[in-house]
This record gives sequence, C-alpha cells and structure tokens, in this order.
Amino acid sequence: MTRLAVPKTYKLFIGGAFPRSESGRSYEILGADGAFLANAAKASRKDARDAVLAARKAVAGWAGATAYNRGQVLYRVAELLEGRRAQFIEEVRASEGLSEPDAAAQVDEAIDTWVWYAGWADKYAQVAGNANPVAGPYFNISVPEPTGVVAVIAPQGTSSLLGLVAVVAPAIVTGNAVVVVADERHPLSAISLAEVLATSDVPGGVVNVLTGSAAELAPWLAAHADVNALDLTGASELDWIDLQISAAETLKRVLPPAGGELDVRSLERITAFVETKTVWHTKSMR
Amino acid sequence: MTLDLARTVVGSELSERSLRGFVLGLPGVDAVGLEQRAAGLATRSIKTSSKKRALDTIVSLIDLTTLEGADTPGKVRSLVAKAVLPDPSDPSCPQVAAVCVYGDLAHVAVEALGAHHTASGGSIAVAAVATAFPSGRASMGVKLADTADAVAAGADEIDMVIDRGAFLSGRYGEVFDEIVAVKEACRRPDGTSAHLKVILETGELATYDNVRRASWLAILAGADFIKTSTGKVSPAATLPVTLLMLEVVRDWHRLTGELVGVKPAGGIRSSKDAVRYLVTVAETAGERWLDPHLFRFGASSLLNDVLLQRQKLATGHYSGADYVTID
Amino acid sequence: MTFLDYAPAPESRAILDLKPSYGLFIDGEFVDGHGEGFHTISPASEEAIAEIAAGDEHDVDLAVRAARRAYERVWSRMSGSDRGKYLFRIARLVQERARELAVAESLDNGKPIKESRDVDVPLVAAWFFYYAGWADKLDHAGLGPAPRALGVAGQIIPWNFPLLMLAWKIAPALAAGNTVVLKPAETTPLTALLFAEIVQQAGLPAGVVNIVTGAGETGRMLVNHPDVDKVAFTGSTAVGREIARAIAGTHKKVTLELGGKAANIVFDDAPIDQAIEGIVNGIFFNQGHVCCAGSRLLVQESVHEEVVDRLKARLSTLRLGDPLDKNTDIGAINSAEQLQRIRQLSDIGEAEGAERWSAECAIPDRGFWFAPTIFDNVSTSSRIAREEIFGPVLSVLTFRTPDEAIAKANNTPYGLSAGIWTDKGSRILAVADRLRAGVVWANTFNRFDPASPFGGYKESGYGREGGRHGLAAYLAPPAATPRRTAAGAERSIASRSASGGLENETSRADARTTISETPSADTDTRREGVTATRASRSSSKSASKKGSAK
Repeated sequence: MTRLAVPKTYKLFIGGAFPRSESGRSYEILGADGAFLANAAKASRKDARDAVLAARKAVAGWAGATAYNRGQVLYRVAELLEGRRAQFIEEVRASEGLSEPDAAAQVDEAIDTWVWYAGWADKYAQVAGNANPVAGPYFNISVPEPTGVVAVIAPQGTSSLLGLVAVVAPAIVTGNAVVVVADERHPLSAISLAEVLATSDVPGGVVNVLTGSAAELAPWLAAHADVNALDLTGASELDWIDLQISAAETLKRVLPPAGGELDVRSLERITAFVETKTVWHTKSMR
Repeated sequence: MTLDLARTVVGSELSERSLRGFVLGLPGVDAVGLEQRAAGLATRSIKTSSKKRALDTIVSLIDLTTLEGADTPGKVRSLVAKAVLPDPSDPSCPQVAAVCVYGDLAHVAVEALGAHHTASGGSIAVAAVATAFPSGRASMGVKLADTADAVAAGADEIDMVIDRGAFLSGRYGEVFDEIVAVKEACRRPDGTSAHLKVILETGELATYDNVRRASWLAILAGADFIKTSTGKVSPAATLPVTLLMLEVVRDWHRLTGELVGVKPAGGIRSSKDAVRYLVTVAETAGERWLDPHLFRFGASSLLNDVLLQRQKLATGHYSGADYVTID
Repeated sequence: MTFLDYAPAPESRAILDLKPSYGLFIDGEFVDGHGEGFHTISPASEEAIAEIAAGDEHDVDLAVRAARRAYERVWSRMSGSDRGKYLFRIARLVQERARELAVAESLDNGKPIKESRDVDVPLVAAWFFYYAGWADKLDHAGLGPAPRALGVAGQIIPWNFPLLMLAWKIAPALAAGNTVVLKPAETTPLTALLFAEIVQQAGLPAGVVNIVTGAGETGRMLVNHPDVDKVAFTGSTAVGREIARAIAGTHKKVTLELGGKAANIVFDDAPIDQAIEGIVNGIFFNQGHVCCAGSRLLVQESVHEEVVDRLKARLSTLRLGDPLDKNTDIGAINSAEQLQRIRQLSDIGEAEGAERWSAECAIPDRGFWFAPTIFDNVSTSSRIAREEIFGPVLSVLTFRTPDEAIAKANNTPYGLSAGIWTDKGSRILAVADRLRAGVVWANTFNRFDPASPFGGYKESGYGREGGRHGLAAYLAPPAATPRRTAAGAERSIASRSASGGLENETSRADARTTISETPSADTDTRREGVTATRASRSSSKSASKKGSAK
C-alpha cells in the first residue's frame, strides 16, 4: 500500500530560474522532530550577486507596469497559493513542528496577507502622494515610486511562510524587485513560494530567493552598490548594525529589525521602500 | 526686396501654406517663464547717473499720442507744442521722437511742427494711425486709401493694425498680404516710403505663441516696427509681451542682419515702468535698440511723469503736477 | 559709459545692528562657548563681520539637555494650536525684519541681495507660516491619529542657504512637537544668530530652539549625542554617509539632504528662450551653490549649437560683483576653500578636453569670485560631468533620443533633481516618470515651496523636507498598543484587530497578525547598549568599518 514518494529538489530562485548554488553547496534541512526533510541550496556571494543583477534587470519592467496590472498579477499569486494550500500546510507543519490547525492558520494568513497587499497596488500612491498647493502658477504633484532593488533578510526561525510574505509582498507591490534571504532553518516554503511565483505572471527577477546562511549573505547584499534598500526585518540575530553601517556607503534606505514584533499588514512597510518624486510644471492660459 | 528676404527665411515661395508652416514651426513660449524673466528684469535698480540718462532716453523715445474721437486741430497743436518743448523750465530736456495722431489730423501736426518736423530738418516725426484703426474692420480698399491719405498728408510713419480676425481664424497669408499691401501704400511719389509700424493688438491675440507668430509675420512682410497695441484694448503693452517681441527682433537680426524696431503702446504711465522697458530692451536686443529708430513708447501721460522725475533729480526735492504742463 | 553700466545701487547696511561678537544660544539665552571662537567674514571683501563662539562637547551637551528639558516640561505638553501660534509669530517677525535678514545673509554668505531679498527670506517666512498651520493638525500627517513627536532634533545645515535651511529644519520640527539644537555652517552663522533674537522676540519658551555655532566637529558631537532622537542634515554626501554610519544601530531617525548632479534636459522643441533662462537659473542661481543645481545640461544634438550660442549671449549680460548691489546677478563664492575646489575641478575639466568658456566680467580685487563658466562637449566620463562642483560651472552634454537622455540623466549615483524642457506634454510626463530624481522641474527650474516635498533618490540622501512628507519626518506613528488577541493564537502569532483610518476590512481579515521576533529581550538590551556607546564607537570605528565592509 505504501507508495514510494518522489521528493522535491529545493534550489535557489534567481531571475525566474531555479539554479543550484554556483558554489555547489547545500545544507540539510531538518524537521522539528529532527528528521531529514531535504537538502537546500546554500547560496554563495556570487549567487547573491547574480540575484541582484536579475533584480536590477527586472525593475524597469515591473515598476513600469500599470498599478492595476501589478495588482492583478499579485492577486493571481494568491490564487495559486490557495491551490497549493495543502502543500504549504504540510511544509510549514513539518518544518516548524506546528499542529495542523496552526500551520493552516499561518498559511491562510499568508494568503490573505498577500491578497491584502495586492489590493494596495493601485491605492498606495493615492494615500502616500499629494497634490501640493504651491504659491505660484505651477502644477505640483508628489507621487511615491519604487526605490529599486531591495535586499531583504526574511524573518528567521518562526512563521516561515507568513514571515516571507510579510516582507516580500509590500516591497514588490509598488514595483520594487527583491532579493530575499529566506528563513535559514525553514526555507522550504520559500522555495515552494518561488515555484508559485515562477508559474504566475510575476516576471522573472522581480523576486529572487536565496537559501543558506543569512550571516554569510547579508554583508554582501548590504555592501552591494546596486542595491537601493536593505530590509533587516529578520536580521536581529545578525550583526545588523555592521550591516547598516555598510549600507551607509551608498546611502541605502535601511529598515532595521522589527524589534519584537512584525506587523504583517502594514502600509508603513510599503512606504519604507518608495521614493517621493515631486514634479512641477508651469501653468498658464497664455 | 524685402520679400526676397522673407522667401529666403521661409525657404519657399510665400503662400498661405508656407507661411502657416513657418509660423506654426516657431518654438513655443512658456508663459510662466517669460513672465518670470520680465519680472526679473523689472527688479533692476536704476539710480543716480543711470537714472538721469534713462529719463532723457525715455523722453527721446516717446511717440506723444492723442487718439480720441474728440481730437481737434487745437488739441493736436497743443500736443505738438508739448512735443517740441516738453519742459519749459528746462531747455536741456530732449524733444520726443514723434507725435502720433489720426490720419485726418496729420497735416495739422505737420504744420504745427514747422521747422521741428523731420521733413524740415527737425527731429520730430509725425506718425498717423491708419487701416481703420483701431479695429481694422474695413475692406482692403478702405485701409489702403486710409494709409495713402495719411502719407499724402505728410505722415512720416504709419501705425497700421493687423487683421486680428484673419489671424485668429488661421488665415496667416491674408494677414501677411495685407501688411505687404499697406507697406506698398506707404510709398511716396518720390520713391521714398513712410515707415511702417505694425500693431499686433496683442491683447486680442491672447497667447504669447500668437504674439510670436504675428511678430514674425509682420517682420517677414516688411514691418519697420512691430507695435504691441492700439491702446484701445486691455491689456495693452505689458513687459512680458514687449520682451517677447524684443526676442523676435533680436533673433531676426541674428538671422538676417536686419534691424526692426519695437513699440510698446498703451498703459505705460510711470517713469518707473518705462525704465523697466529700457532695461528689457538693453538686456534683450541690446543697447543699440535704445534709439528712436528702433524703439518707441506709444504714450501720453508718461511724458509728464518723466518730467516730474527729471525735476526731482535736478532740484533734489519732489515736484508736483502743477509744475509740468498739460497738453 | 553705456546705459548697461548701471550706477551702483547698494542696499544699505545701516539696517543691520550687529554685535561685535555672538555667543551660543542655549536655553533662551546667549552664552559663551567653550571652544575656540572664530570670525565670520564677508566672502565679497574678506572683512571680518563678527566674532562667533564655537561649541565644544560640553556646550553641545548643555544645549541638548536644555532641549530635552524644554521638550519634556513645556513643548510636548503644549497644545498644538499654541505651538502653531508661536510659529505664526516667528513667521511674522521674519517678515517684519525681512530686509535686515536679507542684508545680513548677503553680507555673510556672498549671495546677491536680490536673491536673499526675493527668494531666501520670503521663503523663510512662508516655511514658518506653512508649518505653523500643521501644528494642531498632526492627526492628518499620514501616520494615523495622535502621532508622537520624536523628542530632541539635532540639525546641521549648510552655508548655501543659511537662513532658509534653518527654516526647513526648525519649522517642521517645532510644528510636530520636537525641540531642536541647530548647528549653522561655520562660514555662515550670522542669520541663525539673528534668528535667535527673533526666537526671543517671539517669547518662545527657553530651550525649544538652541543654536550652537562651530565647525564640523561641533556637528559631529551633536549627531553622536545619545539624547538626540532625530538627526536632520543638509550638506555633502561624504558627511551624510558618515552620519548614516554614526546613527546605525541607534534609535535615531534621520533625514539627509545631500549632493546632486542634476541633468537639465533640453529637447529640440523646447520653448527656447525660457529654456535658456531655466538653464541660467538652474546653474548660476546662488553662484551654483545649490545641491539641486542643473549642473549637467543635456541638450538634444539638433539644437546643441543654437542653445550654446544663446546661452553664451545670455551669460554676457550677467553682472558679477558686490552682493549688496541690487543689480548683482552673481555674487561671491562662499569661501576660499570652495573657490579652490571650483578652480580645481574646472582645471580638470579643461585637462580632460572639454571646451571651456567664461563670460567676460571684471573680477573684484578682494574676495572670492568665479566667472560664470560653461564647459562644452563634455563626455559622460569626465569628472566635471560626475562630481558635484557646487559652483557656477555648467557641463554641456548632448543626446539624440529621449531614451538616451533618460539614460544619461540617470547615470549618476546622485538623484536629487532634474529638469525637462519640451513643448510636448506627454513626453514631459513620460520622461518625468523615468527620471530617478526626487524633484523634477518641467519647463521651469529651481522652484521651492513649503508645500512641496524636496529630497533625493540614491546618494542624494533620504527623507523629504517640505509638505506633509517633511512634517512626517519629525513624527513617529502612534504608540503601538495591542489591539485584540484572536482566540487560538499560538506562541509565535499574535493576532490583533485592525484599526486606523486606512483599513476597511471584513471580519475575517480583521484578524491582523503580528509575528514576534524570537529573543526580543536580547535584542532590546543590545540596541540600548549600542545607543549608549555610540558616541565613542562611531567616530573611530566607522572609519575602519568602511574598509572592512568593502
């Protein structure tokens, strides 16, 4: 009666493709019960570099898509997540050692949070932007725009899927591209999410997922000159002050560790990685 | 000859179509930027020796004007007397450039000027408005007759109005042809010509782009001067409009080497205002334009304000309205 | 003599009633500084204007303590409407003393009086007037109801717009409920000290505004003071970088307005005469001492010659000279040091093969001066096309297509501002969309308004000044309070109900989840520890960190 299962190979997600680490390294992922679950790719600094390159390539197209389009693309991701709900529950349960209902609660919350962010795509600019009544014959408007490439250290050690969603969705909904270092101990759902993204309409390179050692990868991302912003939400266990100091070299926008708790649905997380652009134009009938 | 130049500049035979293409191909004007530049020029502070010089220059650039339905020979003679001797208390005061009257009174001005008239070796010209001034709403024949009459009566300069109706409905060639015809009507039997000032009536053209287009059309058609306004429509002359027209004559000069004058008219009443125009002329077209052949003020009450300011500079105290003469 | 030789029209200095020396303004009073005092000089004549005190570590500490006391005892307890009334008072006092402030600014900074009179000082009053009205409307600042002030703001401003930068810093800080310690630039402290007198005239409670003069070291002490909650800096990218390092790991919020190398893009269908004015205003306003200056002219090849010719003709009408003369267009370079830098970079530009052209103008014998200069045929790799010169020097580059213009405009680590000149509306909007710059001026340049956010992308810094965004930079969201714990919430997931004005969710989505970071106690200890040792760490360690991080 027992059928021999076909296990999944978990790889990195870079530029829409699933490569192994260029270093050839992998590391064991164990379940909460200590049982072997899988070997995950252990990304190197060169994988991080490739991921930043892929993200940079993707920014213009993604940021240039209409907000309505980005909203629909992200909503489509939620649909696909829902379709794989059972798989995610199982992965979260096995990896984090949660009860079935708790794992389900996390996955449901992750899907609903994704939907929540998808809905912001064509609204955040209305909330965070302004028409400015300047004293002169000018049309003047301030609009938020994506910062560009955001490097993210996902929350570590807890709520692996929800944590990932809570940092990735707000960053990409505005048009940023991200390079995210997944939960080091529980990276499997991150790679499964990557599979969802790969089969959705999210363009390759918009989300790049690295598994491996956050401590090893973070300094390279923090120092990378072509990274515009650094989300240290999951970096509280790392030497994040040094990362912040390193990020200062190119004046990256830095979101420090969440400091206790992370509000998974937060407009502030969206606006943390946007730039306000103010455009003036003369106004005259003559 | 002038039309040869126009053909060269337009780059083809002069037709409704080619002229339209030319004026619509001119660079646009950003109104806010233009007005800001004018406002910037207006902040120049002209003091002491520069002010004295400026005031005398203003007087020498004035077309002292009366254009009322109630004008009479007596009024014109009074105007001429003022033009000849603006400040009886100060013989060093320069004379104005011209007197500007309706065509039927041009002969009165000529007679009253006598030896002061340019034709008699003096320095004051007689300018007459023509072409069914101020509206310009008459048949071509009437406009040409109006012009020829004034020239025959001794007018040295003709201030014509363009057909704003034709311009605003896009019949640029018609506007052009009319100016060419009036220019022809300015010709005297001896082969010389009265100078032609072309009034654009910028207040009716409404946009700066139109002012630039009309300025080019007038210059291409042979205008000696481009003039802002009749004084009968508000707004009349403004500093931004004059600045824009000065930019056109500057560009025309760079392009062809030819010199065309500019005349703001109407609404310039104070010395302070007039000084701003001088600054704008000097810093846009160049100092060379501060000459009656290339710049005029069409004004009436401006003269007395300038005289008051001259008296203040001469005596060190402020003067009053009863110390200058009315005309 | 020609008409264009306008007779001198100097603004009278008699309006100024300067003291021979100025102390630090701490806790509502002028006090002696403990550092070595210095003279502020007029860059147009090199004459000393007044002796200025320098704040040392002790003085900075006194000022921060005064600000903290004022924050806790007075300012944070005062109603928003009363804070607003103080700011309105200041706006009016600035208007009343406008000419005096303008003269002092031109004297100390070297900028033409027509700029200090018509731009700087009116904007200063406008800035206080604008933010005064915000003080009792903070609920609408975009952070939800009842946002909190941050506390004590340490503010460091540059020498290019001394009083205006003071207003940009102090007005929103006070409106939001913070108290401030401000350090003016070493070479231009004068108007900040006159502003201290205005603060006294306004009856502002002691300690709400403190002004500590001094050099860069004084600023460093202010940034590193552990009791400063917010750092706001306008100045060079190099110093901004140092500040970003210094505040790493602390609780300090920071706004940085740094350098720029703005592209001013002129298309072939531009309103040509206005574009020329915009180019001139873009780079020669305030001698080019403007972080958002349009220092790179990107002109479409088809109109390149025409634009350069017209530009040269226009530059020939600029008047360089006495900043206090009302007809002066180009004043003095602010300092000998800055003049040296401008000369050096210009020489490099020439050596790198660009064609140098300067307007002919008589350079006064004394003081620091640099004639308006254009470099034509500059290559994108030239240093004068990449580095901020911060002087009256324009680099001209060409492009062929809109895509090329955008690529060249964005090809810089900076991203503060940009200009677009074209008559084509849809192109303006499309180009504006793709420019990576915080302020885009279309068919205009160098316009500022208190209602309009200003600030950069990339290495031009972060945060915005002006408008609602500028206010939010001095506020924190309302203190987080647990909203609701959902039944069945497990150890790592605590659900909270949504609240606040933005959400309108169904009951299911109403369960708003937060994730607890695992060892939060450890994290907190660590952060506090860092805060306390920051001052000693940042100055020595940040430099070495830079090396290791690379």
